[in-house]
Amino acid sequence: MTLATTAAHLTAHAPTAAAETHGFLSPTGVEIAFLLVGLVTFGAAIVTVTTRQLVHAALWLVVTLGGLAVEYLLLTAEFIAWVQVLIYVGSVVVLLLFGLMLTRAPIGRSPDADSGNRWAALTVAVAAAAALVWVVVDAFRTTWIDLDGPAAGSTEATGASLFQNWVLPFEALSVLLLAALVGAIVLSRKAKAGAATAAESTPAARSEKSPRSEKGPRSEKEGTS
Amino acid sequence: MNDVLDVTLRLLIVFVVFLTFPLIIGQTEHKVMAHMQGRLGPMYAGGFHGWAQLIADGVKFAQKEDVVPAGADRRIFQLAPAVALLPYLLVLLAIPIGPDEGAVGQVIDAGVFFVLAVMGVGVLGSLMAGWASANKFSLLGGLRTAAQLLAYELPMLLTAASVAMAAGTVSIPGILDAFEWWWLPWQIVGAIVFFVAGLAELQRPPFDMPVADSEIIFGAYTEYTGLRFALFLLAEYAGIVVLCGLTTVLFLGGWHGPWGADGLGWVWTLLKTAVLAFLVIWLRVTYPRLREDQLQKLSWTLLVPLSLAQIALTGIVKVVIQ
Repeated sequence: MTLATTAAHLTAHAPTAAAETHGFLSPTGVEIAFLLVGLVTFGAAIVTVTTRQLVHAALWLVVTLGGLAVEYLLLTAEFIAWVQVLIYVGSVVVLLLFGLMLTRAPIGRSPDADSGNRWAALTVAVAAAAALVWVVVDAFRTTWIDLDGPAAGSTEATGASLFQNWVLPFEALSVLLLAALVGAIVLSRKAKAGAATAAESTPAARSEKSPRSEKGPRSEKEGTS
Repeated sequence: MNDVLDVTLRLLIVFVVFLTFPLIIGQTEHKVMAHMQGRLGPMYAGGFHGWAQLIADGVKFAQKEDVVPAGADRRIFQLAPAVALLPYLLVLLAIPIGPDEGAVGQVIDAGVFFVLAVMGVGVLGSLMAGWASANKFSLLGGLRTAAQLLAYELPMLLTAASVAMAAGTVSIPGILDAFEWWWLPWQIVGAIVFFVAGLAELQRPPFDMPVADSEIIFGAYTEYTGLRFALFLLAEYAGIVVLCGLTTVLFLGGWHGPWGADGLGWVWTLLKTAVLAFLVIWLRVTYPRLREDQLQKLSWTLLVPLSLAQIALTGIVKVVIQ
């Protein structure tokens, strides 16, 4: 319940118009659009995890994340929507595709694109989804966004709320990201040092100019760039 | 009803700009490149200095057969040109050319984020094309495109953030309203970094490693023919329009000019955009192609530190003048 109440605080400043004036039986156009986009997003997400074609999965992920951005837009959170597109569609999926193309991206089905843990994964996914849905529904049951009033999710409102009420989580997150950054650098430097010692430990191979010794400095160079 | 008419008219104007400006820049490129290399360029099509050359090219492209390689992933192969082209159309909507409410396709609250986010999506088109072609040169081109985008997206974002900090808003018309002439020297490093990173994101020479014709034929676009190939070319030139327009409105003050700001602001915007577009062409003729490792090095060791320094400078000046 505490989670739900914290989540409810998030929208404490949002206009909470009386719920009685809204009903589920007479949806507005925006609500219908929200539902339809949600269905498309959900379908794309299902295809993402079930398709046997690796690159198709990544491209369906684009549809899923883009659908989420549209949902944010419909909830008047414009800033969050564009950041969603910028980070997830523009960078994360590109990185994912880059990784796929660099390693293995066959055209057509990959027979090994299935995991033996599919039932465990399904259980975890359903449990996580149920927990999230329960928390969100419990927290926002009577909250309606006033679409005609001032935008509740404009950049100004988001920024003010982020840096007035939620500074501590924000800073904690940035420390976390910094730690990840430092960790990545440390890991890549270790690999470089390992390559250097490996090259030094085979001086005979180096003097013979075998293909292996040529590979040593080369991989070291790639590690730095 | 009036609203519908208004929106339709705006969309129509943006669409016309989207179709004509890239052609004008393309034709200028033909002529400017030719004269810089001591040639004449197209002279016959249309009669007067070959003005109709690109229209003739378009007719030629439309007549060509649309070939899809047998081994290709058909649907993604055919979808890729649209994914590459449409984002630039959307970005054009958000670029204001004049101070009035009527001089922008659509005022967007988080405009800077919108344009950068949508521009980043365009690169997915090249990636899809490179992968779906079932051709090793195309795949290499796609890989290089992705590596280049990942390297140059960061400095672009950071410098745009610097301008947003200076103006105290992320809305593009808001940034222009706050613009003062002394922002020009203040943000000059950011402007250069933004422009260079944008050139790299468009894969224009000297950053055209992903389409390096002497090594990998034409990168991700190798297998394309006819109209779909023309769409990729159009995306490149629309990208030039968008990049020059964005640099103009974010760093060069858009409609602000030394004189004649009333009513003639749009002339300043167009003039600055045209000068930048000329610069893009000039750079293509002047500089040799950067190697892949030089590309990455330029971004990570020069542009990113410079943009961080620009942000620091912006922050310091902003605090001092308050």
